[in-house]
Amino acid sequence: MAFALSVERERQLGEIVARYPNKMAATIPALHLCQEANGNWVSDEVIDYVAKKLELSTAHVKGVVTFYTLFNQQQPGRHQVWVCRTLSCALRGSDKILAHCEKKLGIDAGQTTKNGRVTLRTAECLAACGTAPVMQVDKTYFENLSLEEVDKILDRLMREA
Amino acid sequence: MLKPTSYLTHSYGLTDGFTLANYEKHNGYSQVRKALAMSREAVTDEVKKAHVRGRGGAGFDCGVKWSFMPKESKKPHYLVINADEGEPGTFKDRSIMELNPHSVIEGCMIACWGIGAHACYIYVRDELHLAKKRLEDAIREAKGKGYLGRTPFGRPWELEMYVHTGAGAYICGEETALLNSLEGRRGEPRIKPPFPAQYGAFACPTTVNNVETVAILPTVLQLGGDAFSKLSSLHHFNDGGVRLFGVSGHVKNPGIYEACVGLTLRELIYDLGGGILGDRELLGVIPGGSSCPVHLPGEVVNVPSDPRFAPFNGKSILDLPLGVETFRTVGSMLGTCGAIVLSDAADPVIAIQNLMRFYRHESCGQCTPCREGCGWIERILNKIIEGKGSIAELDQIHEIANDIGGNTICAFGDGAAQPALAFVRRYRKHFEDYILNGGKLQTRRLTVS
Repeated sequence: MAFALSVERERQLGEIVARYPNKMAATIPALHLCQEANGNWVSDEVIDYVAKKLELSTAHVKGVVTFYTLFNQQQPGRHQVWVCRTLSCALRGSDKILAHCEKKLGIDAGQTTKNGRVTLRTAECLAACGTAPVMQVDKTYFENLSLEEVDKILDRLMREA
Repeated sequence: MLKPTSYLTHSYGLTDGFTLANYEKHNGYSQVRKALAMSREAVTDEVKKAHVRGRGGAGFDCGVKWSFMPKESKKPHYLVINADEGEPGTFKDRSIMELNPHSVIEGCMIACWGIGAHACYIYVRDELHLAKKRLEDAIREAKGKGYLGRTPFGRPWELEMYVHTGAGAYICGEETALLNSLEGRRGEPRIKPPFPAQYGAFACPTTVNNVETVAILPTVLQLGGDAFSKLSSLHHFNDGGVRLFGVSGHVKNPGIYEACVGLTLRELIYDLGGGILGDRELLGVIPGGSSCPVHLPGEVVNVPSDPRFAPFNGKSILDLPLGVETFRTVGSMLGTCGAIVLSDAADPVIAIQNLMRFYRHESCGQCTPCREGCGWIERILNKIIEGKGSIAELDQIHEIANDIGGNTICAFGDGAAQPALAFVRRYRKHFEDYILNGGKLQTRRLTVS
């Protein structure tokens, strides 16, 4: 089925486009908006929609989607968990945090739990080195993590509606 | 010399520190009013006198950069703020955006006046959702008061400010990649020249400044350029004022500290950072973000050719004031002043493997030496750690890194090659132990326990 934004989101898209001297500049914000409206991933239908709205080729939009890490080309779980593993976090035990997440969720990094609730990922530097180890859950940072805190966060994600 | 200040960080501990009300209580938006009463050239001159070295890592003089913008031009001028913070070890800009966003907005307004721009885009990495919200709220508040829009402060000088988001690519912190990304393209760096001041965003004259660089501008005007510069003990190196220093890794109190320029690594690690975690020995320190070379505590400063180095010659690099010129002259780099501290519990071979994985993952893939070279170095390191490496391969790391450096469109290549070379040079016996003895003498971990 063809993808389309809701009336409210389409209004937001109009606001975004108006910020720039040309439509192409809205590509990344438009993709974010559509990704959120599409269950957190960018399907071919989304690419077609954005290309049409911004008067671009689908090849251009696809090129942008495949360049950036945060555009999902497959549907992730309801919640996305990124564990930072770059040096400052690694010096503070991010390996243990990641291993704990993998064990508790029963999946490897990059996978989604069977119930479709959580996708576990690794992140390259979340710019929170002073409060390492750090993970990002959807749009929120959790810093100075302990294993107990990770347990609480993951329990909530697996339980909550 | 350790001289703590709080020009940017005074709002950090407050629950309402990010609001307009609090910002104005502390004289907020008084400096942009002052700037608007000055000529564009006078503002640029004041910033030049302040010797604000770009806080994004390259350390270019902010006022000089502004002076590259055309005086007269038919095309619109743009100010673009680089808030794509993502260099491992660097986490200062996020704190400013979240805890003192109005300083960024006021700084942007001063910069727009200085370069003759009527539009400013703040390019924030997507992950920093709170920072984006705080900036957007701050823009809305400022607009509500009539500070932005068609007639800021009642003057016929239209100014619009927008938050633009990235989508997860470290390379977009490179200014021309950032401009491509802003324009809605893949974030691949452009060949320079042309430089952004001639041909930047949307093919128009553009200045790209770091978040901290603009956030400190109200302070520059408040104190006056010269007085601001003289806060620094490196004023005579044309490196002025105050900046945010970060310290992470194996220290007791990691975090952001504001101080006058001229702080030393020893002060950052031991006085501000509280010393090494578990009171262990210092193995090494990366002075300012992961692209800088790692230094051993035993390294000695020796620059007999420059009389300004007389007070530092013969001393440890830990006692050399952190400045753009001081560190460049000794073959290092100041970067973003975000030090990563390694205690002797950390295995340097694993540390550089971690960083090379980062660079392999984040290389944009445009230039062959960087795209392939980062992966080759990472794979050689993996082999060495698995006990399957050879001395010839260890030597090959030097060769590959030297072939990346200077042979790519942007500085990412050098930023990846530099740490690799520094680690293999300074910790050669650790690598050899992996190759010859299976790493028996190494800790094989990064954490303290």
